[in-house]
Amino acid sequence: MSKEGYAVEGRQRDIDFHLPGNQPEMTPDETRLRVEELRAYYGKSLAVNNVTLSIKTKKVTAIIGPSGCGKSTFIRCLNRMHEVTPGARVEGKVLLDGGDLYGSGIDPVEVRRRVGMVFQKPNPFPTMSIYDNVAAGFKLNGSRDRRIIEDKVEKSLKMAALWEEVRSDLHKPGTSLSGGQQQRLCIARALAVDPEVLLMDEPCSALDPIATAKIEELIHELKDTVTIVIVTHNMQQAARVSDYTAFFYLGELVEFGATGDIFTTPEKRQTEDYITGRFG
Amino acid sequence: MAGNTLYGAGTGASRQYYLYRKGIEWLAWIGMLFCTGVTVFILLMILGYVLYQGASYINWEFLTALPLPAGETGGGIANALVGSAMVVVVATLMAVPIGVGAAIFVNEFPSAQLGRFVRFLAEVLTGVPSIVVGLFAYALVVRPLGSFSGLSGSVAYAFIMIPIILITAHEAFRLVPVSLREASLALGIPKWRTILWVVLPVSSRALLTGVVLAIARALGEAAPMLFTAFGNPFWNLNLKKPIATVPLLIYTYATGPYEDWHRKAWAASFVLLMVVLVTSVLTRVFLRGKSNE
Repeated sequence: MSKEGYAVEGRQRDIDFHLPGNQPEMTPDETRLRVEELRAYYGKSLAVNNVTLSIKTKKVTAIIGPSGCGKSTFIRCLNRMHEVTPGARVEGKVLLDGGDLYGSGIDPVEVRRRVGMVFQKPNPFPTMSIYDNVAAGFKLNGSRDRRIIEDKVEKSLKMAALWEEVRSDLHKPGTSLSGGQQQRLCIARALAVDPEVLLMDEPCSALDPIATAKIEELIHELKDTVTIVIVTHNMQQAARVSDYTAFFYLGELVEFGATGDIFTTPEKRQTEDYITGRFG
Repeated sequence: MAGNTLYGAGTGASRQYYLYRKGIEWLAWIGMLFCTGVTVFILLMILGYVLYQGASYINWEFLTALPLPAGETGGGIANALVGSAMVVVVATLMAVPIGVGAAIFVNEFPSAQLGRFVRFLAEVLTGVPSIVVGLFAYALVVRPLGSFSGLSGSVAYAFIMIPIILITAHEAFRLVPVSLREASLALGIPKWRTILWVVLPVSSRALLTGVVLAIARALGEAAPMLFTAFGNPFWNLNLKKPIATVPLLIYTYATGPYEDWHRKAWAASFVLLMVVLVTSVLTRVFLRGKSNE
């Protein structure tokens, strides 16, 4: 408990720093993704029920909640990956800079280039080298120029804090890296496409504490460039890395607000019970 | 041990029942051993007999010379070896894209009723007698073109290979983890490119096994060649003309009246058996070496 207390306190200071009192010229956070009345189904069963929330530009939004509460399903709806599962279906709106991702005539392929994703288990392409893994998505945006691709691979690996570790092994298979490195490789691969939003589905759950710390540090750096939505079952992690937190329970959004508020003064009883470890 | 004191060490009825059950077990064991023995014996007999009858006839001339006129001893089966190779290569070129393409459809669109139906059809197709496949190729290719030809033989072989390739490719694609597919799709890589860049390379080994399996199966089939490739005692590298193939040559020689032909049929059988065995063994060794990397 005390550990969590520390983390919350630290975050609280960060949030205070953003308060209008400290920085009067600060404008309210802009909305990058607006989710309206989102419902997601697997066949007939409803996994996400009527969720409405706004995800702010260049902030980290954490989605927390017990297993099976629909948090993974929810973020898979934000880049139209949910519908890849056979029988899965989505209702409602997800507005990216005002445009509905589920509007008619919108190509999911286009959506996924703007909203990238990192998965729970590191999943580099096993038949490709480190270099090719990073270049895989970027090459599709048309550029065949070797120099441009090389630059992009280097830049993406640097952003993912992996460059120094792999610069001399770029042509080794991506699967030869350690688990934590593989996950950063996957982050580099996602960043190479220049997404506006990066979705992370429990990106540290398969990693050890040191690799986890690296990824968290990376998230702090990345939020200067991209908007991040991270699903986590680790509340300390949510408290450490996020600016906003959404608490999901049984497919519904129970509470959403600034991370400091959620962890110190939750409005709902369920939220309080969950973050204090009374259930979940 | 508890069992022994209950039944084995007892007397009277329980003891008798125990011995009876022991006897049944022993009989069943002997029966299964016999069945296993017969299976292994048949396999070894075929290999041994072909080796015994055929190997002695194998020499350089047999592999490199053309057949001599009936009744003369000597000569070889070079034209049939080359013919078989050509017909099978062309058949493979036809069957691989079709089989793999259909497997992709069946695997990537599992919700489509059509996909499941195609898979079912492929399973049925593997059971179609090869002579029927030959007749069909005759009607489809030989009749319209007006002559027997290596090409029609390739079509017949391709019909035999397609369902085998389809089924093995489908199984291979099913083993590609969903997480890899999703990794690619989440990068905004379109589905067709995901299949080409991720699914195919990851399953390439299993695909190769399926193709070799299909080739090995086709190589030995004589029936589909009867009304298609037809056979040819001379050199022919033109696939639009009748062409010699090894199984067909075995059929002709084995049913012919000359003792020398019978010997040649055995020798050709030995060659065919060796090619198929060596191909499958090499593929296995190659694939195992790869997976150890």
